[in-house]
Amino acid sequence: MTTPTVPTTLAPPPRFSHRSLPEYVGILLVLGLVISSLMATAPALDKLSRGIARLFAPSGMLMQMFPPDFTRIVPIGWKLLETLQMAVAGCFLGLILAVPFAILATDRLSPHPILRQIARAVIALFRTVPDLVWAIIFIIIVGLGPAAGVMAIMVDKIGFAGRFFAEAMEETDVGPQDALRAIGASRMGMIVSAVFPACLPSFTATSLFALEKSVRGSAALGLVGAGGIGVDLKVAFDLFNYDEALAIILLMLALVIAVEQGSGWIRKKLI
Amino acid sequence: MNAHLAPKASQAGSTQVGPVLVVDGLIKDFDGRVVLDGLQFTLAPGQSTALIGANGSGKSTLLKCLIRLIEPSAGEIHMLGRDVCALSPRDLRAFRAQVGIVWQRHNLVPRLSVLSNVIHGVQARMSGPRAWFQALAPAAVRSEAMACLDRVGLADRASARVDSLSGGQQQRVAIARMLMQRPAFILADEPDASLDPQTGEEVMALLLSLVRENGLSLLMISHRLEHTLEFSDRILGLAQGRIALDLPTAQADAAGLRRFFDHQEPA
Ligand SMILES: Nc1ncnc2c1ncn2[C@@H]1O[C@H](COP(=O)(O)OP(=O)(O)OP(=O)(O)O)[C@@H](O)[C@H]1O
Ligand SMILES: [Mg+2]
Repeated sequence: MTTPTVPTTLAPPPRFSHRSLPEYVGILLVLGLVISSLMATAPALDKLSRGIARLFAPSGMLMQMFPPDFTRIVPIGWKLLETLQMAVAGCFLGLILAVPFAILATDRLSPHPILRQIARAVIALFRTVPDLVWAIIFIIIVGLGPAAGVMAIMVDKIGFAGRFFAEAMEETDVGPQDALRAIGASRMGMIVSAVFPACLPSFTATSLFALEKSVRGSAALGLVGAGGIGVDLKVAFDLFNYDEALAIILLMLALVIAVEQGSGWIRKKLI
Repeated sequence: MNAHLAPKASQAGSTQVGPVLVVDGLIKDFDGRVVLDGLQFTLAPGQSTALIGANGSGKSTLLKCLIRLIEPSAGEIHMLGRDVCALSPRDLRAFRAQVGIVWQRHNLVPRLSVLSNVIHGVQARMSGPRAWFQALAPAAVRSEAMACLDRVGLADRASARVDSLSGGQQQRVAIARMLMQRPAFILADEPDASLDPQTGEEVMALLLSLVRENGLSLLMISHRLEHTLEFSDRILGLAQGRIALDLPTAQADAAGLRRFFDHQEPA
């Protein structure tokens, strides 16, 4: 015998529940926002089609791009290496500095609520301001070149990793921490011997994502003059060397894919 | 061999005179709800005392008050010759180092090795990287940790990861970590609760042997009537925030204790 179904006289509930007036107003507002935004900023269809036609014209950019020009591969290769070095250096500094910020931002580990609020505000600020803006700020401080790019990546990574490190520490089992606190262990001892080991897988995953993000970001930083391959890309576009631009884009793509594959492989090994 | 693990016969000169714990007028309320209502009792050293009481009667609260993991609302506590309630934060840390706690959950760091976890116990008296991981620990600390592991019968699993051990083995590692503190007093909050009856019994026997062979004092909460009768010298029963029962285990009978194991307070 299967489980007997209990006969019921109750009708199923209506498909759509009734909305109150404020809910209708809210829906209308959202719709209005979307439509007005599209009207104000989306490209006009005729402009778009003319632009695409121009792209494919014999003198258009797309045609000029082929075949990609790899004659300057050696200097471009060196700039690509510089880009990777910027990413690695900035990411490394950012990850190291993200740890103390994350500790200060974690409820249970922060020495004082006010410090916690400050750390959270700093992390939020570092996250919210885009890395290109940081690059412009650091160019003003340290001048054009890779140093500004490294600083920009570092600050961006403090924001990125600081948040995820703090989240991971917030979520770990508090039992081992409390047990060490109860025997009179120092805060530092508790953090390093109980919290870090528990967070290690999550920290590693976050760090690898941060590295991928840094490599992608570092390619763009050169566009504003903060070092790396982006400078060459901008110059190639400015001089209408579209075939060299394509070569640079392809090499950047190869670098990003290589880093993503590598970090994906490490991540899989660790889990 | 470590002094604190040596048989108590070898410690003849250092026998502690007087009680190891004096609780007087201990009151604890949570926002006006009184959980402990003027407790008064004294424990002699080198004994195993079982604390029993229905769910929510305040057993865990009492244990935590004793080392001020929860601040008592009023009353006096003297443990190991210290006026616990008067300790400064700094002295409190030094005092807690002498009190070993066995929790219901083992509270070890699962991803680390057994040896590293045992070495964490040394943080009670030593700070810095040497106390964080077994690889950084001085030779003396490592060999003391091995002795503690040997005491709980797990010296051969020193390099295993904690999360590869069984529940009973993990609880024994937690006891080894506690021994690493060189405690004089052990508090145990249902150390057998998350273990099957057989393993729970082994853990209780191990704790009792620390009392019998190493001269430590033990105050343990047990939710199993058989364990209370088998592994204690004295029984304290908690009800309505007061000590409602206090007698040597030898004089206790199962029927009289049963009301402390009911899931509701007796009417
Ligand atoms: N931090 C706290 N804040 C408020 N109330 C608490 C707190 N800790 C414990 N209590 C209350 O104090 C009472 C005693 O709790 P306690 O955990 O000491 O009981 P117990 O005897 O250990 O029970 P059990 O057998 O379930 O472990 C309970 O009613 C509990 O709700
Ligand atoms: Mg309890």
